[in-house]
Amino acid sequence: MSKDKFQAPDYYLLDELLTEEHKLIRDSAREWVKREVSPIIEEACQKAEFPKHLLKGLASVGAFGPYIPVEYGGGGLDQISYGLIMQELERGDSGIRSTASVQSSLVMYPIYTYGSEEQRMKYLPKLATGEWMGCFGLTEPDHGSDPGGMTTNIKKQGDHYVLNGAKMWISNSPFADIAVVWAKDEEGIIRGLVVERGMKGFTTPETHNKWSLRASSTGELVFDNVIIPAENIFPNVKGLKGPLGCLNSARYGIAWGAIGAAMDCYDSALRYSKERIQFGRPIAGFQLTQKKLAEMITEITKAQLMVWRLGVLKNENRATPAQISMAKRNSVNTALQIAREARQIHGGMGITGEYPIMRHMMNLESVITYEGTHDIHLLITGMDITGENAFS
Amino acid sequence: MKILVCITQVPDTTTRISFTGNAFNAAGVQFIINPYDEIALTRALELKETLGGSVTAITVGKPDTEANLRKALAIGADDAIRVNADATDAYFVAAQIADVAKKNGYELVLAGKESIDYNGSEVGSMIAAMLDVPFVGMASRLVVEGEKVTLDREIEGGKEILESTLPLVASAQKGMAEPRIPNMRGIMSARTKPLQVLEPAAADALTAVISYEMPPAKAACKMVPADNPALLIELLHNEAKVI
Ligand SMILES: Cc1cc2nc3c(=O)[nH]c(=O)nc-3n(C[C@H](O)[C@H](O)[C@H](O)COP(=O)(O)OP(=O)(O)OC[C@H]3O[C@@H](n4cnc5c(N)ncnc54)[C@H](O)[C@@H]3O)c2cc1C
Repeated sequence: MSKDKFQAPDYYLLDELLTEEHKLIRDSAREWVKREVSPIIEEACQKAEFPKHLLKGLASVGAFGPYIPVEYGGGGLDQISYGLIMQELERGDSGIRSTASVQSSLVMYPIYTYGSEEQRMKYLPKLATGEWMGCFGLTEPDHGSDPGGMTTNIKKQGDHYVLNGAKMWISNSPFADIAVVWAKDEEGIIRGLVVERGMKGFTTPETHNKWSLRASSTGELVFDNVIIPAENIFPNVKGLKGPLGCLNSARYGIAWGAIGAAMDCYDSALRYSKERIQFGRPIAGFQLTQKKLAEMITEITKAQLMVWRLGVLKNENRATPAQISMAKRNSVNTALQIAREARQIHGGMGITGEYPIMRHMMNLESVITYEGTHDIHLLITGMDITGENAFS
Repeated sequence: MKILVCITQVPDTTTRISFTGNAFNAAGVQFIINPYDEIALTRALELKETLGGSVTAITVGKPDTEANLRKALAIGADDAIRVNADATDAYFVAAQIADVAKKNGYELVLAGKESIDYNGSEVGSMIAAMLDVPFVGMASRLVVEGEKVTLDREIEGGKEILESTLPLVASAQKGMAEPRIPNMRGIMSARTKPLQVLEPAAADALTAVISYEMPPAKAACKMVPADNPALLIELLHNEAKVI
C-alpha cells in the first residue's frame, strides 16, 4: 500500500466536543495505526494472516479493556475513549478492530460483569496486556441470528460440568488462550463459562478462504466432552441477557469503528479525486464526483454526531440496546455505501492494494453481518418503536 | 541526572497557514509538539531510564499550550513547567528557560534543533550563553558517560564527533531518538503528574515581526505528451523562456 496520508475529516468541528484527554488517546491510537498497521496490513490481508506481532502495541494503546477498571488491569477510561480507539483501529482495518472488540467487549466485559472476583483476578490483568487472548463463542452452525436456539450444552457431573457442542464463525478462536462460551444447562438455561486452551476435548479449527476480514483469524470451537471445573462458570448471569449484554458493548464499539473505515475511504477518495486528471481537469471538478464526495461527508458527519451522543448516553448508563442497534446499523451501512462509492472514484486503482478501499469494502461485508445483521438491527428498532415482535 | 527539555507547540504539518492582518490565524489549527522537541524529549527519557534522574518538560506559553505539556507528561516526563507568557521572541523565551534552569540546577538542557514554524534555531544556544555552559547544536546522537558527553553532528559531507562535559545545552536533530507514541498507561498517569505554572521573569523581547508574506503560489504543471518533444522545446523556448 502507498504511504498512509490519512487526514481525519471533522466537518462539524466535533473535536470541540471531546476533552483534551480524549484527543490525546485518539491521536495516539491514530499515530500508532499509521506507524504499525498501515505499512503491513495490505500484505497481511493478501496472505490472510493475522499480524500477531501487533498484540503488544494494541494493548499499549489501550485497545484491550479500556473501560475496565484499573485494578483489573484495564484503562479505567470512559466510553467515548473506547469508541475513539475503535474508530482509529478500524480506520486501519476492521480485522484489527475486531480483535480488539472481541478482547474488550466479548471477553473482558463478561468476565468483569458476570464473573466472580477470582475469575476477574485470574483473567483480566493478563487479557489487558495481551499476554492472553480470548474469543467469544455464541454463534453455532444452526443458530446465528437466533442464538437462543443453541444446542451447545453443559451437564453437571459431581463437582464439575461436561461441555458438548460446537460454535462457528468465532473471531480469534485459532490462537485464543481462553474462550468465553455460552451453553445451555440441563434446564435449558443459557450459562456463560470460560474454556481454556489445553482442556481435553477442546479444539479450534481455523476457517479458511474468507474474502473478508482476512487479517483477522476466524475459526470454530469444538467441545467433545470437555470437563469444565465449576469455578469456570460465571456465577452472576443466567439466560440470553448474558451474551446480549456483551453484544451491546461490542456493537457500541462497532458503531464508532465503522466510521473509521468510512473516514479512510472518504479521505482517500477526496485526495485521489483532486490528483486524478481526466478530460483535462481533476475529477474532483465533475459534478458527479462532487455528489459522491458531498454525500459521503454528510453521512460521515451525521454518524459522527450519532455515536458521540450515544457515547454520552453510555457514559451516563442511559444508552438502550435499541439505541445501540440503530447506531451499529447506521454506521456500518454508511461505511459500506461510502466504500462502494469511494471505490468508483478510484476507478481501476480502487480494486488494487495500493489503496485501502477494496479491503475496507470486503471487511465491511462481515461487519454488516456479525453482531446482529443489518436486517436484525432494523427489526430491533421496529420492535422498539411499535412494540410488535417481527422476529418469529 | 536532572534533565530539562524545552517544548514548544507548532501547527500540525497539514495546517493551511493563513494570516488575518499581521497575525497568524490560529482558528481551527491543530497544535502539536514540535517534532524536534519530541526527539529531545525521547532521548531525555532514554537517558533517565538508563542513568536514573528526572525529566522536566518546560514551555513558555499561555494556558492553550498545556494540552501539549500533558502530552509530554503522557510520553513520560516526570513533571512540567509552564511559564505563563506569550512566546514573543527567542531571547525572551531563552531568558525564561535559563532562569528556571539556573534556579533548579538542571545538568542537561535539551531543545529541538529548530521549531518547524518559525525555524529560528536560536533558543538553545541563547540558553547556553545565559547559563554560561557549553552548547552543541543539531546533535544526531548524544551519549552520557559519567561527566562526559559525546555527541554527533551532521556536517557538510560527513559527521563531526564532539566531546563535552555536563552541564550542557544541546539541540536535537533527527536520529537522536525515535519519538514515542504515548501509551494508555502514560496518558492515565499524566492526569496526576505535577504541572507547575510560573510567572515570567523580567526580560525584554529583542525582536518583533513587522509583517508576514505568503510564498508565491505554485504554478500549474503542464503535461507534454511523451511523443511530442517538439512541443516541449517550443514551450521551454517561448513560454518558460529558459532555452
Ligand atoms: C468474520 C466473522 C466473524 C464472526 N465472529 C463471531 C464471534 O467472534 N463470535 C460469535 O459468536 N459469532 C461470530 N460471528 C457470527 C455472526 O454473529 C453471525 O454470522 C451472525 O449473527 C449472523 O448469523 P448467520 O451467519 O448464521 O446468519 P443467519 O442468522 O442465518 O441469517 C441469514 C440471513 O437471514 C436474515 N434473517 C435471519 N433471521 C431473520 C428474521 N427473523 N427476519 C428477517 N431476516 C432474518 C439475516 O438478516 C440474514 O440476512 C462472526 C461472523 C463472521 C462473518
